[in-house]
Order: sequence, then C-alpha cells, then structure tokens
Amino acid sequence: MALAQPSLEPTSAVRVRRHSRFRAMLRNRQLVIGGIIVAVVLLVAIFANLISPYDPNTPAYSDILKGPSASHWFGTDQLGRDELARIFIGARTSMTVSIGALIVGLIIGVPLGLVSGFYRGFWDDWIIMRIIDAMQAFPFLILALVMAAMLGPGERNAMIAIGIGYVPVFVRIVRGQVLGELEKEFVSAARMVGASDARIMWRHILPNITTPLIVQMTIAMASGIIAEASLSYLGLGVSPPTASWGTMLHDAQGYLGQATYLAVIPGVAIGIAVLGFNLFGDGLQQWLDPRKHN
Amino acid sequence: MAYVGKRLLTMIPVLIFLSIMVFSLIHLIPGDPAQVILGQDATPQALAALRAQLGLNHSVPVQYFDWMGRLFHGNLGNSLLDNEPVSKLIGQRLPVTVELAVGTVIVALLIAFPLGVLAAVYRGRWADFTALFVSTIGLSVPPFWIGLLFLVWFTVKAHIFPSSGYVPIFQNFGQNLSVMFLPMVATGIREAAVLLRMLRSSLLDVLDQDFVRTARAKGLRGWGVIVGHALRNALIPVITTGGLQIAGLLGGLVITEQIFTLPGFGSLLVQSVYSRDYPTVQACALIAALLVVVVNLLVDLVYGLTDPRIRVQRGRA
Repeated sequence: MALAQPSLEPTSAVRVRRHSRFRAMLRNRQLVIGGIIVAVVLLVAIFANLISPYDPNTPAYSDILKGPSASHWFGTDQLGRDELARIFIGARTSMTVSIGALIVGLIIGVPLGLVSGFYRGFWDDWIIMRIIDAMQAFPFLILALVMAAMLGPGERNAMIAIGIGYVPVFVRIVRGQVLGELEKEFVSAARMVGASDARIMWRHILPNITTPLIVQMTIAMASGIIAEASLSYLGLGVSPPTASWGTMLHDAQGYLGQATYLAVIPGVAIGIAVLGFNLFGDGLQQWLDPRKHN
Repeated sequence: MAYVGKRLLTMIPVLIFLSIMVFSLIHLIPGDPAQVILGQDATPQALAALRAQLGLNHSVPVQYFDWMGRLFHGNLGNSLLDNEPVSKLIGQRLPVTVELAVGTVIVALLIAFPLGVLAAVYRGRWADFTALFVSTIGLSVPPFWIGLLFLVWFTVKAHIFPSSGYVPIFQNFGQNLSVMFLPMVATGIREAAVLLRMLRSSLLDVLDQDFVRTARAKGLRGWGVIVGHALRNALIPVITTGGLQIAGLLGGLVITEQIFTLPGFGSLLVQSVYSRDYPTVQACALIAALLVVVVNLLVDLVYGLTDPRIRVQRGRA
C-alpha cells in the first residue's frame, strides 16, 4: 500500500501569515523607499556601461567645465568628461568596494564571533574579544586610512582596509546572538544526537542569527559608501582614471568658483545611496523583528 | 574606587593588543619596507641604514620589545622626512585637532539639544519632522561634503570666511574662530544627527515613565517636568553614545582638516601616508587609538558617577 504523500502546498494559515507579512512589508515606508533607492543604485552600478551617455574616461578638451545642458545633463569636468557617466561609474566603484569590504568583514568576523560565543574559553573568547576591543579603539576611518597606506592604494586594498574595520562589529553582533541561541533547546537537541560543534555552529545557530546580521550588513553598506568616498577623496581608493564619487569631489575642489555643480552632484549621489541603505536597514529591522520595534 | 581600579585593569590587555597591532602595521607593507620607502633606485648602504633606523635588522619579538621600550620613554621614533622626533610633530599638531574636536562637540550639542527635546515633546508634529529631517540628512551625507559646500558658499562665493590661514587660538582668538568655525559646523552637523536621534528616543522613553506622571500629578506643569525631571534621566544613554562617537569624530576630522587645510593631527597623518613616513603613520595610529581608549574610560567613569543605580550595581558586583 502506498503511503500518502504529505502535501507540499502551504496551508491556508501559512498563506494568510505570508500575505500579512507581505502587506506589513509594503506598509513599511522606510523599507519600500529604501528598497527602491538601493535597487536603483545597484541597477545603475551593474548597467553603468550600458546606460552611460558618454565614455566616462575619455577627455573632451573642447567641452571642459561646461555646466549642465541638454547634451550633458550634469555638465562636464575639468577634462571635459561627462559628469553623469562618471556618476554612473562612480556608483559601480562605490558598490564594488562596499560589497567587497562587506565580504571581507563577514569572512573574518562571523567565524570569530561564532567561535567566541560558542566556546567562551580563554583563547577562543577572552583573547578574541580583547583583540576586538583593541581594534575598536582605532577610529574606523583612521584604521582604513592606515591599512590603505600600508597595503598601497587601489580598489582591492580599499576593500580589505574597509572590511577590516567592519570586523569588530560583526564579531560582537554574532557573539551576542550566539550567546542567546546557546540557551535554546534546539542546540541541546543537536548535541544529544551527536552533532559536532562545527555543525551546530554552521547548520543550527548561524541560520537563526541571520536577521540582525542582515540588518547590520545593510547599515555597514552605508558606512562603506562613505568610507570608500573618504579614502578616494584622500587618493587612497581607486586609481585614476576610474571614477569614484570621492575622487570626483577631490577634483572638484580645484574648481569651486567656476564649476560648483562638480562639488554638488557627487555629494548628492553619495547622500542618496547612503540614505537608501540606512532607510532600507531601519525598515528591514522593523519588518524582520517587529517585537523589537514595538 | 574599586570600580575605577577594575576598569583600569581591563585596559591593560587592550593596550597590549593595541600596541601589537600598531607595531605590526609596518610588517603589513608588501615586501621590504626599506625598499618601498626609498624606491627601487636606493643604494644598498641607504637601505641598510634605513633598516637599522627602523629596527628591521632584529627578530620580530626583539623589534617589538625595543619599540615598546622606546615608547615607555616617550620616544615615538623620528620622522623619515626631516628626522624630527615624531612626538614633537604630534605635539605641535594635536592642539589644532583638540580645538576642532571641542568646537565640533559644542556645535553638535547646540544643534542636538534644542531639536532633540522639541522633537520628543512635540512628537509627530512639525518640530519632530524638522528634527528627523535634519538628522536624516546629517547621517546620509559625508561631513567632508558639507565642508566642501560651506567652502563654496561662505568662502568662494560670499567671502564671509577665509579659506585658510590658521592662527593659534591664544595668538588671535577672532582670526582663529573665523578659520575654525566652518570646519566645526561641518563636522558638528553629523555628530548632532546621532545625538539628536538618541536624545529624542531616550527622552520619549523617560516621558512615558511613572515618575514623570507622578511629577505631573503633583502639579508640575510644562517645561518644569521636562527640564527638572525627564531630561536628567534621558541624558544617561546620550552620554554613552557621545563617548562612543569620539572614535568616529576623530576619523571625520582627518578629512575635515584636509578640506580646510588645517595643520592638525589628521593632516599630519595624511601627509605622512603620502610621503610613506611609516614611523609617523604608526605613531599617529597609536595616539589616535590611545585618545579613544582614554575618552571611553572617562565616559565610563562619568557614566558611573551620573547614574547612582549603576554605581550601586557595580559596587555590589
């Protein structure tokens, strides 16, 4: 006799719950507005080459410092390059460095936080946390600046420099969450069936602590955008002629009297991108963890 | 006193790790640091001399203990640019940054306090929306961009403030303020945005508590309750946040000093980064981190003093 197969269709109660969560998501204005901004910034970054009206790096000496017009919506820079095209490529630079830095921060921070919270011993918690304390004593930007100075300028090194700055935050968040999860019954159950420590950490605890981690990742993206712009402004980010919002602001400083728009537009782009990630992070936190919000 | 002692003891391992990190910085340089500093054309004699000056001839543990020994004697090494003691260079530059930081904090408090209190008291009304708008903008834009815009509007176009020409505060207060005002406001806006949000939410929490209701039931009205009762209690988390902001503030000041060409600690760090003056970079990183550790310690102690509950709890623990 064939066994009855359990239905994989969601029950009506699950459907109602999903529907109400979806409606709660749409009602969350911060999440929706932030999500739209983040999506637009990411799309611009991905398709920058396709949507750019001009080549962002080719100088046009007949068009130097032309203000916004029908042919150049955001004007041209000191080398006659189209400012809009450079803003688009700047979005790509900003997103690439911020996401790369995020990955560096996660790869180092999450395992350290897991081990530190799980074992709570001398070497695997006390020592790790004192190193994290010491790292947090360095101002984020100064740490990134000094790391970039030692490693040398460039996109990859900017990612590493900013990513190292993220590590303390991720370690602390993961460790705090692990300490809370360790008390729960599913961890004891996993231990009883003989699961290894590594399996408990990766397969059981980690999936349960993703909510605060995702929220923190969004907020870290916002600070990554500012950090990348700051490093590039100081000449320690991407190398010319690749456009970055930070280098564009740096270049604009020499032409403040003649071409104010050059100083305004990249700053607005940074502001919009950071605002988007901040709103998205706040909205995500409210949506994923409504108890905390209430 | 026991609490202060315990807090000081917890600093020791942090300072040890911090020193190891700063010491290790020079070993992050890919390849031979001496070769990187002097370039490919350097003679073997020059390379050997620089390695000796940087102490790179010994084993790494010996280098570390030598470096620490010099630190305990107040010797941060010599600049590779002009052979000046780094401690002297930092001593010359630090007052500018301290003045900038103090001014920034004052500006931040002047913006955050009235707006934060008004936002909490008039929750959901125009004052609240204004405060939210200011803080959202302050948190979204980089402070150095605000500085650039100030330069455009107030220096290049309106000629109200000079673009450079720093004068020490005790030499000419008026001229000093005219140069320092814009950088202080530019950085202060971002710090205000964080403090404002914290003060608003903290005050809203406190205004909901029983003792505020009791004060109102006893007949206290309007601002008396807010200033006399609620604000004092709402300040405790704000002090903590303010303390934690110091690290971020120091980082922000580095770029502010660059934009406004101020001869401070941040511009010394950036200049030494450009010129690969690694002993100065190392010393600046160490001093910045030590400043943050000391400020955090002071905030923790003030925190303990302002809130009797914390003092009692820690005393019992």
